[in-house]
Amino acid sequence: MAAVTGIVLSVVLILVQMGLFHGFGRMVTLVVDHTSTDLWIVSKGTQYFEDISILDTDMRRELSAVDGVAEAIPVVAGFSAWLPPEGGLIGIFVIASDPVNGLAPWNIVEGGLDDLKTPGTVTLERSYANQLGVSARGETAEVRGHPVTVGAVTSGLRSFTTRPYVFTDFRSARSYVGLPANLVTYFLIRVKPGADVERIRSEAQARVSGIEALTPDQFRTRSRDFWLYRTGAGAALVAGALLSIIVGTVIIAQTLYSSTKEHLYEFAMVRAIGASNRYIYRVIAFQALVNALIGLSVATVVSIGVERLTATSVAPVMITPTLVAVAFVLTLLMSVASGIASIVRIVRVDPASVLTR
Amino acid sequence: MSAAIEATRVCKLYGHGPTRVEAVRALDLVVRARELTVLVGPSGSGKTTLLSILGCMLTPTSGTVRVCGVPTGDARPEALAAIRRQHIGFVFQSYHLFSTLTAAENVQLALDIRGERGAGAIAKSAAVLADVGLSAKLKSFPRELSGGEQQRVAIARALVADPSVILADEPTAALDSENGRAIMAILSSATKQRGRAVLVVTHDARLFRFADRIVHIEDGAITHEERPPPPERVTNAQVAGPQTAISP
Repeated sequence: MAAVTGIVLSVVLILVQMGLFHGFGRMVTLVVDHTSTDLWIVSKGTQYFEDISILDTDMRRELSAVDGVAEAIPVVAGFSAWLPPEGGLIGIFVIASDPVNGLAPWNIVEGGLDDLKTPGTVTLERSYANQLGVSARGETAEVRGHPVTVGAVTSGLRSFTTRPYVFTDFRSARSYVGLPANLVTYFLIRVKPGADVERIRSEAQARVSGIEALTPDQFRTRSRDFWLYRTGAGAALVAGALLSIIVGTVIIAQTLYSSTKEHLYEFAMVRAIGASNRYIYRVIAFQALVNALIGLSVATVVSIGVERLTATSVAPVMITPTLVAVAFVLTLLMSVASGIASIVRIVRVDPASVLTR
Repeated sequence: MSAAIEATRVCKLYGHGPTRVEAVRALDLVVRARELTVLVGPSGSGKTTLLSILGCMLTPTSGTVRVCGVPTGDARPEALAAIRRQHIGFVFQSYHLFSTLTAAENVQLALDIRGERGAGAIAKSAAVLADVGLSAKLKSFPRELSGGEQQRVAIARALVADPSVILADEPTAALDSENGRAIMAILSSATKQRGRAVLVVTHDARLFRFADRIVHIEDGAITHEERPPPPERVTNAQVAGPQTAISP
């Protein structure tokens, strides 16, 4: 029981820390994950969606001229300020695009995309309702001096920057972020069916200067690399995840080893009545495997509970099958390692010790 | 009667220099089949050391030991374990049952280490437990059994693989006299019905009447042997009734 408890705590520690790491990695690419286009056109050096690139609207024509491009869809995005009805100032992140072919809000729970067509109509993310001072469709506030009305409500569309995403129409978005009519933030490229995305990517980069054409995967990787490995917050998460693996695996190994040592005398008895080394190895391996499986199963259930509890928080823990598989492999490796350490101790045990007890 | 265990000029030394202790001194002993031998002596006389050597759990400093004709002198620990597995059943003073296993499972353990599993092992362990009068306790855990019942389970574990030799270390020390007699009757029966050699280490003179032969040990050496007259010996049937007839 003690062994299983130790393993459960360790695996929960590993899963939650790695889940936090993974959750953060997913949070930073949330918008990219919710686009279905084939390429992102960004200003050279743009690291992540909120990094704000600036592109000339004329580029749309050049991009559309690339053989195989079906459509170049502009995206306007940027930080702005929301003034709640009762006063104050809240930073927001405004997004506007073609809601059908480009980038649209997801998880809409009230209203719909059509409700956003009217200029000055915006989405409200439910989890930021208190902060923004509005809670339902039809309620009003101000964004950078412009009156806005809530047209649709989303749920679970949290931004990792803690600045709420506010979707609106193009014209309003330009006003809110202060972007002139000749500039956009991104272009989303949809290619024609059967077209070679990689060729189009290269050609777009060659034809239009100052831009980078990235596949969604490339943009995701770049965003995660930036936030996870080039910022203090990311480094802390990486360190936390690594530390959890080290601490967790050491606890697992120590717990299993101690558990075996606790039963050293029983092994001595089994040795005394003639058990072979191979038999002892098999028993230890079996015990380690059973402990690992029970510990992992309970820990996975606990971690999934943690995942659900944190789903709408600023630091969501994401438990994926891959994470569970990694935790299983780690637990198993540690079980085997501690089993080997135990075996070394046990095969040296004096079977005659049972006669003096 | 043939020799099941034969110890010749066996010595066991512990420590070095001034702290050196001679636990067993140039001792000769034959443990014979069909005979219940009682090894008796005061505390510190070398009984347990000798039992450990005869049971292949301890290597003598000098001298030779043969178990069922197999010399143990140069055997490595794994080979000694194999000799124990093939030829010897052990009964310990403190029973040494696994608390998390039922009586039947504790007995099956002795078969499990010999690679015997499944229905055959279950049936065999149930039969031996029935022989020692525990047919109603197969699924009982050690904590649910009295001391005498636990020792019967331990004897069943020693008997189930049908070894040639049973070595019992103070098997009645933790039991009241009635249970002690019942245990000795079972061990006595084991010698007669299957031709086993049984060696019982004890300091309890009340058990002598079960012995075919009593070996006295003191300061690591055998001082003398005696054979109680036949009428004094008690059979299994007299003490424990018909349910403890051994037939593994």
